[in-house]
Amino acid sequence: MAQAADAVEARLRGAAAEFDRPLLLTPRENLAGYAGSHVGRAALFLVTATSVVAVLLIFVFIIREAVAFFINPAALPPLDPTSAASVLAWAQAALGSIGARLAELLGGTQWYPQAASPEFGVLAILVGSSYVTGGALLIAVPVGLLAAVCLSDILPFGARQAVKPVVEILAAIPSVAYGFFAVLVLAPWMQEHLHISTGTNALNAAVILAVMAIPTIVSVSEDSLTAVGRELREASYACGATRAETMVKVIIPAAHSGIIAAVILGMMRAIGETMVVWMASGMAAQVPSPWWNLAQSVRTLTGTIAQEMGETVIGSPHYHALFVLGLVLLVFTFGLNLVTETLLGRMRRQGGKKT
Amino acid sequence: MPYKREMLGVEMVLATTGIATVMAVAACFAMGAEAEKKTLQIEGSSTVGPIAEAFAEAFMEANPNVQMTVKMTGSGDGAAALIDGRCQIATMSRSMKPAEYQKAVEKNVTPCPHAVAMDGVCAVVHPSNPLTAITRVLLRDIYTGEISNWKDLGGPDMPIVVISRDTSSGTYEVFAEKVMGKDKMSEKVEYVNSNPQAQARVKTTAGAVGYVGLGFLDASVKALTVDGVVPTRKTIATGVYPISRPLFLFTNGYPELGTTAHAFCTFFLTEKGQEIIEAKGFVPLTNY
Repeated sequence: MAQAADAVEARLRGAAAEFDRPLLLTPRENLAGYAGSHVGRAALFLVTATSVVAVLLIFVFIIREAVAFFINPAALPPLDPTSAASVLAWAQAALGSIGARLAELLGGTQWYPQAASPEFGVLAILVGSSYVTGGALLIAVPVGLLAAVCLSDILPFGARQAVKPVVEILAAIPSVAYGFFAVLVLAPWMQEHLHISTGTNALNAAVILAVMAIPTIVSVSEDSLTAVGRELREASYACGATRAETMVKVIIPAAHSGIIAAVILGMMRAIGETMVVWMASGMAAQVPSPWWNLAQSVRTLTGTIAQEMGETVIGSPHYHALFVLGLVLLVFTFGLNLVTETLLGRMRRQGGKKT
Repeated sequence: MPYKREMLGVEMVLATTGIATVMAVAACFAMGAEAEKKTLQIEGSSTVGPIAEAFAEAFMEANPNVQMTVKMTGSGDGAAALIDGRCQIATMSRSMKPAEYQKAVEKNVTPCPHAVAMDGVCAVVHPSNPLTAITRVLLRDIYTGEISNWKDLGGPDMPIVVISRDTSSGTYEVFAEKVMGKDKMSEKVEYVNSNPQAQARVKTTAGAVGYVGLGFLDASVKALTVDGVVPTRKTIATGVYPISRPLFLFTNGYPELGTTAHAFCTFFLTEKGQEIIEAKGFVPLTNY
């Protein structure tokens, strides 16, 4: 014991020039401290791992339920691993069933899962989801970005302090309240003033989703615009640039990573939103005709799952088909995340080269 | 929550019974018999479920020693539960199918239906629509998309906005069964997820047609006569109005008179029972 204490003493003296105490104690020097640091590290690791494990489990669960839509084990020939012919026949039947189901999903726009002869054509629903999300972004990105610029560079600081919390309150309104607004106020207004025959349509859902995405976009991009700092702005003015030139050519490019992150966050909100699109989009499983006609009712992935999951028979093809929709949604958001991550990384590197 | 207080009451009665056992045999006998908990399992349709749930609540309030659980899964599941003995009362929004009866008889169960209420669905249009009457065939043609403009029905030149309830609702079931038959709704049909929302959409859309339960009718929408019959409590209760169906409780044989199950299955005849049925948007079974 005494020796160990001496060793600590020696190391402390050696390190005293830079540090008060050694960075890491060996178990012989300080058992309690050593154990404590490792237990703490393990606990923190577990907490961090929980969220990753949760995501993985969600993937596993949804994939498992979705796969059952493509392959029905009961309908396949018996699998005998010892005979090559049996394995071949089984694989052929499985592939055939997967192919047939895929063709059914992607080959049709008819979604009649509860009919006597069910049809699972998912195209119309995919189109609906992308129309509503795309429409929402078309409105929300310019509005949100301009509002952020206005808040960060044009309004006096006091006004910004007052306005920003109000914008953020928009994000706290429950989506069902937005839904009621869409059905009871916006839909009749569209019918009366835009002469659209039905007020619950893709445009309505897109407008409401845009309003819901704007607070996120404003808040996050305003933060990144402010974070650019005084030096760049003053340097730009010193070079003789006007305020508009400074904004467009200096500040926004400098804050681009934060702005892209803001857009992605807003997009995630729009894709995953359920209650509002369920109420505002009209839920008609059709591809609008002509294709650009946003004034027609559409149906989204989230709305379909919410509407139909309640009373499907568990284990039926309809039930598994809804999980396929869920998987599509998950893959979509996951893919978007990956794309933006790589995009952000590349832009950062390019930015680095220039300076 | 008065219901929770009743539960505490039961426990107190039980506790008192325990003490009484020690103190006096006679007292124990009387109170013990009263405090014996009877449980009743109710399972099945999510359309009849809310009625059964409200019945059970009112019932337990009046009889604190009765414990009831109401599960809402689906009519088919209710039938299976009754046949397997998992419940004493099955709630069903349709009658049992021959195959279910056969299975029941094989398991020595005699399913006995009790119609407790009628579920009537009214076709509604915007008040400005000149149309007042429609037939089930024309309604079907509207919902399949064969008729898509009001001028084909003698109304103004205006596209029809067709509104349906979501496919997992009981209201949709009635409509699909009594109007659509084997035909599929057009892909242009819009879906809403509640009766009030369907009513709101029709109220605010000039070209809309929709359908709601009778309890959700008011002056802001116009109910059409179907096959010449005006939807009212009387026409639905007497079965004259075509888009309606009875709602059932099923028991194993007619419940023994005087039992809790018997009282429960006849609860719809009481004033309170009829109030509950009407409050849930259904039509009580009366003939006045």
